[in-house]
Amino acid sequence: MPEKYFAAIDLKTAGPFLALIALIVIGMLVNEAFLSTGNLSNILARSSFIGIVAIGATFVITAGGIDLSVGAMAAFISGCMILIMNSLMESIESSVTIILLAILASIGIGALAGLLNGLLTTKAKIEAFIVTLGTMGIYRSLITYMADGGTLSLNFTIGDIYSEVYYGTLLGLPYPVWVFLLVAVVGYILLNKTVFGRHCFAIGSNEQVALYSAIHVDRVKTMTYMLQGVCVSIATIIYVPRLGSASGQTGILWELEAIAAVIIGGTVLKGGYGRIWGTVVGALILTLIGNILNLTDAISNYLNGAVQGIIVIVAVYLQRGAWRKKKH
Amino acid sequence: MPEPNSHFPIITARQLHKSFGDVQVLQGIDLDIYGGEVLALLGENGAGKSTLVKLLAGFETLTAGQLELRDLDGSSHSLAADWTIEQAEKRGVVLIHQELNLAEQLNVADNIFLGNELKRGLLLDQKRMLQKSREYLQALNCEVDPSTLVAELAVSAKQLVEIAKAYAKQSRVLILDEPTAVLTNRESEALFILIEQLKQQGVAIVYISHKLDEIERIADRIVVLRDGEMIGTYPASTLSKDDMARLMVGRELSQLFPEIPRPPDSAEVVLELQDACVPGTIRHAEFQLRKGEVLGFSGLVGSGRTALMEAIVGLRRFSEATRLTVKGRQNRYPTLAAARDDGIGYLTKDRKGCGLLLNMSLPFNFSLLALDRFSRGLIDVQKEQAQFEAAVKTFDIRHKDDSLTAGKLSGGNQQKLLLAKIMAAEPDIIIIDEPTRGIDIGTRTEIYRFIAELAGNGHAIILVSSDMLEVIGLSHRVAVMCRGELTGILEGEAIEEHEIMRYATGLKSDLDKQKEPLCA
Ligand SMILES: Nc1ncnc2c1ncn2[C@@H]1O[C@H](COP(=O)(O)OP(=O)(O)OP(=O)(O)O)[C@@H](O)[C@H]1O
Ligand SMILES: [Mg+2]
Repeated sequence: MPEKYFAAIDLKTAGPFLALIALIVIGMLVNEAFLSTGNLSNILARSSFIGIVAIGATFVITAGGIDLSVGAMAAFISGCMILIMNSLMESIESSVTIILLAILASIGIGALAGLLNGLLTTKAKIEAFIVTLGTMGIYRSLITYMADGGTLSLNFTIGDIYSEVYYGTLLGLPYPVWVFLLVAVVGYILLNKTVFGRHCFAIGSNEQVALYSAIHVDRVKTMTYMLQGVCVSIATIIYVPRLGSASGQTGILWELEAIAAVIIGGTVLKGGYGRIWGTVVGALILTLIGNILNLTDAISNYLNGAVQGIIVIVAVYLQRGAWRKKKH
Repeated sequence: MPEPNSHFPIITARQLHKSFGDVQVLQGIDLDIYGGEVLALLGENGAGKSTLVKLLAGFETLTAGQLELRDLDGSSHSLAADWTIEQAEKRGVVLIHQELNLAEQLNVADNIFLGNELKRGLLLDQKRMLQKSREYLQALNCEVDPSTLVAELAVSAKQLVEIAKAYAKQSRVLILDEPTAVLTNRESEALFILIEQLKQQGVAIVYISHKLDEIERIADRIVVLRDGEMIGTYPASTLSKDDMARLMVGRELSQLFPEIPRPPDSAEVVLELQDACVPGTIRHAEFQLRKGEVLGFSGLVGSGRTALMEAIVGLRRFSEATRLTVKGRQNRYPTLAAARDDGIGYLTKDRKGCGLLLNMSLPFNFSLLALDRFSRGLIDVQKEQAQFEAAVKTFDIRHKDDSLTAGKLSGGNQQKLLLAKIMAAEPDIIIIDEPTRGIDIGTRTEIYRFIAELAGNGHAIILVSSDMLEVIGLSHRVAVMCRGELTGILEGEAIEEHEIMRYATGLKSDLDKQKEPLCA
């Protein structure tokens, strides 16, 4: 029994990693440019936005919730940051101070937005799907309103200095990649090694039992949404310097990509089981697909979404298969 | 549907084997199941009773052995790998599981006809389903309205719905896995009458229970299992209850109820409840609990015992007027965590719905309530594992494989795991709700000894139980509840079945009738 049991688990754990390796091999075959340092670090940097958001989503989903508002929230926070920085230009000399203040504000707004989602689901007892669908609409229209239907642009002087956060490197890797790694490590420890993480698992697997195990169910659930909000704000902090602008189109479909990354990584959508490293790999896989399609003519770039969709469905199908086998 | 010839067994099983992976759970089982007869399966927790009946009803597949079913026309069919639940039900073999399996969000009638819906043309015939359901429930003396949502029912009512659902399938072989574990005596009584009727009609009954009184009363033949093996088949009339226990456990059992010394009157009052009221459920309750005392709580289902206990530990709200004093401090707990931190432990009676995470590992479940004790920032997995292993020994949690999830444990072993989970928080006031539900006689003796030991070294214990003998055998005093009121606390000679029933049914009450009830 033990042998078989572990074989099944291993397949489940290793699945996303195997898929990642397969994609890398395909990438190498498709185009030599794939392996260039420039391309690789580009892939890593790009996956860090979705990846960081998805790490937050791993907590929410593990605890049995869902957050659809993250993409709109990212756009809204981007807009707020830009407005804050532009307006502080007049009163504060140092661009660095301005950027730091904007970063603080960003984290605060993210946490508050998460708190709002959390309180509406736990205290007002509205389904998370509905609550976050609502807040998604609110943030999306707020950013469009703030940009007056167009685009908010960051002041050039600040943008120049701030762009270092996206384009700068440490030990050859762009800063966003380091941030991604840091968030992943912290997320891993939080989910797997702390009481909070255990409580997320317990709540996602049976809320009633969690309640009877003296777990502060509402508090923990709200905290997962706040964590999600903070993750969104961290992603935004490294995203704003990339383009230096925000519009109603910013962060569109991020929520779906984040959820896809989480599910590809092996976290169970209905809660009770989550895996941070799986999520990281899931985010990499999603970015890789886009990248490979860019490098090849075999499939149109426009089909990116279709390929991602197929991968998500296949990933979930394989996981189900593994579950079922384990049962018998 | 009369059986053609009850001299031939409906189901014949020879040398059944079942393993999960490398773990042998059943070996060499021979069974003959006849129509018009009650065959009882006896065995300790984890002996393999549930697994055996799941094989018969197509929920699990055989590893080896022969299983044969004789159809109504007398022809025999060998049941191999294609023996599925659907096949079994079509051929009239129906199993009522040990754990409830109802669709909570459907109403009673929809559940009873789930998978066998009555139709008129393309549409469901709601009216007839409701009416039929009412008939089935009436056969069980159950008053539940078939249009009620199952989620709103008490556990015992849910169990009755399960039975009605099986009854509706007009089976030839009806298998009941611990059906009375959650039923009151009166409800069980109605079930026995129904079983008797079915028996007259030639239905074969396979009956699993840890309540030996019941076995003695309704069984015709008894099969004893021990650790997955057949010990033997016996005519029920040849076995006394002591014989049954001895055969199951494989050794002589000590006295069932240990002596628990009564605490002196000077013993500290650790918990006192005054003017208790829980809007909607509890109208009035007052009692004191002393160190070293076992206070029993008796009452009919729905009398509010569980609601009262849940309110004490912070899972429900008391009214503002309620005064709860614990260890000298007045306190109403806002959350279970607050009660836990004050040294109160609560063992829920709903093991599956509130007690254990069935798809999580055993250590995960064990440490969940007291997780802070295993953590200084990060969880100390080694400490957790070590304490879990100690608890496995203390509570004799029998599991053949460390990687099992809690749901794969046998019912009784789940109960022991739940007890271990509560005790991991080291409470000194322990409220246990139905502690021996689904627990075999050997383990029951151990749990009673454990309760005695706890009381002996100064813990205070509230024992809520529908098992009258258990309450009488263990308690120093017995509080009786009736329709949301604590109507009396019996002591000494007064602790006796009939007297308890008088209070439980409302024939007798010590409450001052002149006094206005505190709340509605
Ligand atoms: N799916 C499974 N995988 C692995 N082991 C299992 C599985 N189902 C049951 N077992 C094991 O088989 C043994 C027999 O379990 P079973 O539920 O049949 O016992 P039981 O006699 O019904 O006990 P109880 O009186 O406690 O209900 C137990 O050791 C249990 O842990
Ligand atoms: Mg069983």
